[in-house]
Amino acid sequence: MSIFIDENTRLVVQGITGRDGSFHARQMMEYGTNVVAGVTPGKGGQTFEGPDGRTVPIFNAMDEAVASTGANTSVIYVPPAFAAGAVMEAADAGIDFVVAITEGVPVLDMARAHAFARDRGTRVLGPNCPGLISPGKAKVGILPGQIVAPGPVGLVSRSGTLTYEAVYHLTTAGIGQTTCVGIGGDPLIGTKFIDCLAAFKDDPDTKAIVMIGEIGGTDEQEAAEYVKENLDLPVVGFIAGQTAPPGRRMGHAGAIISGSAGTAAEKMEAFEANGIQVAKRPVEIAELIRAALQG
Amino acid sequence: MDLHEYQAKEIFRGAGIPVPPGKVATTPEEAEAFAREFGGMVVVKAQVHSGGRGKAGGVKLAKTPEEAREHAARILGMDIKGLTVHKVLITPAEDIDTEAYVGVLVDRNSQAPMFMVSAEGGVDIEEVAHTNPDAIRKLTVDPRYGLLPHQAYWLANALYDDPGLIRQAQKVMGQLYNAFVNAGASMAEINPLITTPGGQVKAIDAKVSIDDNELFRRPEIEAYRDTSGEPEAETEARDADLTFIKLDGDVGCCVNGAGLAMATMDLVKYYGGEPANFLDIGGSSSPEKVVNALKIITADPAVKVILFNIFGGITRTDDVANGIVEATRNIDIDVPIVIRLTGTNEELALEILKNAGFEAYTSMDEVVSKAVELANRA
Repeated sequence: MSIFIDENTRLVVQGITGRDGSFHARQMMEYGTNVVAGVTPGKGGQTFEGPDGRTVPIFNAMDEAVASTGANTSVIYVPPAFAAGAVMEAADAGIDFVVAITEGVPVLDMARAHAFARDRGTRVLGPNCPGLISPGKAKVGILPGQIVAPGPVGLVSRSGTLTYEAVYHLTTAGIGQTTCVGIGGDPLIGTKFIDCLAAFKDDPDTKAIVMIGEIGGTDEQEAAEYVKENLDLPVVGFIAGQTAPPGRRMGHAGAIISGSAGTAAEKMEAFEANGIQVAKRPVEIAELIRAALQG
Repeated sequence: MDLHEYQAKEIFRGAGIPVPPGKVATTPEEAEAFAREFGGMVVVKAQVHSGGRGKAGGVKLAKTPEEAREHAARILGMDIKGLTVHKVLITPAEDIDTEAYVGVLVDRNSQAPMFMVSAEGGVDIEEVAHTNPDAIRKLTVDPRYGLLPHQAYWLANALYDDPGLIRQAQKVMGQLYNAFVNAGASMAEINPLITTPGGQVKAIDAKVSIDDNELFRRPEIEAYRDTSGEPEAETEARDADLTFIKLDGDVGCCVNGAGLAMATMDLVKYYGGEPANFLDIGGSSSPEKVVNALKIITADPAVKVILFNIFGGITRTDDVANGIVEATRNIDIDVPIVIRLTGTNEELALEILKNAGFEAYTSMDEVVSKAVELANRA
């Protein structure tokens, strides 16, 4: 099994005619994701040319796309100024799961969009995230499909390339994954560590979990408590930003130590205090997981 | 992006918040002239992107215009937490009866704007939160409705007993919320919000941070940017669309992705080195970006080695390798470069780099320990 996406995912690509949207729509189709529709206002009725001669119908609006294709998931590649609007449009159209890839979305826009989506029972992943992949079943977003493999590990991370790094070590060590989720580097994200942990808990195929956090906020600390109280699976954690100076935004909008809160040290302590094994270096993640799976 | 006090006050005044007048001086003579204009006692306040200005001696009361000039002469050019003061704000001194704290910020947990108010103002609110959390009243605002009048009243009611003062503060709450939203702020703070013996509520200090993601649609706020306090390299990096933060070490880091960049810095430290910078060159790692990144890193004389750490996901690593070779061909670099590339086509990438004379690796640990060794030897 897997979490959030699988072979039943029917995907709409919002912004399918843009540079990133079209490139990644093809990548997702090549991986085997069932891309059923694209949306670009003003280009309804046109057709998107996918790989191997496959085509995808383009619609002007989300409600048309959902009504015509039975889509249940969407992925957003539209520019920052329109991304929050795209999330709300997807939620209004009845989409269950929205993955917002766009980086640089104004935070107050997302505050409104998250509230709107919550009211409609729509799960949002991101924004400013790489998406997710359930190896062998589907990928939604921009994660490289060739570095994953099916297997027993669930992975959740705030980062992009650091996630790839960890997954790559797992895969080359012969350890596959149920689902790898990039929850995003923004201060306001729709799906947090705890949501992913709860989903992995209900997935019988997930036998161990990797959690990759970074400085800023308290989500890792809350997730650590959740692990202690609710999970029987082994969990391995890693925190980036031990050398980050306070008060500076480290690339990700959410990666900032405010005052003395949100440091890597306090997160690593929370991990250790709650029975999560802490990898000191990225390469140790795979080593610790291998030991945990064998034990 | 942090604003100066005088900029934050402009925004607050525009929203209708009662803020005493003020003028920005860049010379002691100007300071004296403005003090004379205002008449009476004035406060001379350093305009610098840092807290703790008062403690550092950057805020002084002046009884006469001459004294204002003397204070300005001392404060201008002063160093406050590594930042040089280039401007001072001259503002009339107010008679203060009480000092309160009013702030609004984006709260991660509730995913909404959150007000924090306290009758114990004029001090560090983190300190109050620590020592006397009951003295702070908090309110989460539903961003779809904004701050409702009864909520503004509830906040104001925590500050004062006098109905007249509560009314004035209620109005300030609403005005502050509007200023916060309209400026695209991530934080807006009045500390202190004072009452005068005459029964007036006034904001005599102001602090605003803008959400960087808002700046593309707010040119009037972007115009407030003051780069005089930041390292030149950070300004250049922003212009080149790179995320760069200067640090104190000697291992120059060039990485794709913010998380991996932080993890790389941490690993430098793990192996006994010190990173010279944080630098995220982004996903595509085009030759142009690599050139700009190298220029910025090598401009720092402390850098003794340059460390590339690139994970090629969708981007093929052989393309990245070609980019690095092309980029380094055109600039002179007199420190060693070590490169790590992992991901799609890594064998091909390694060959390209080695043929071009670079030390190339696929393991992050190997390349970082090598970089640290080179830096410590140099």
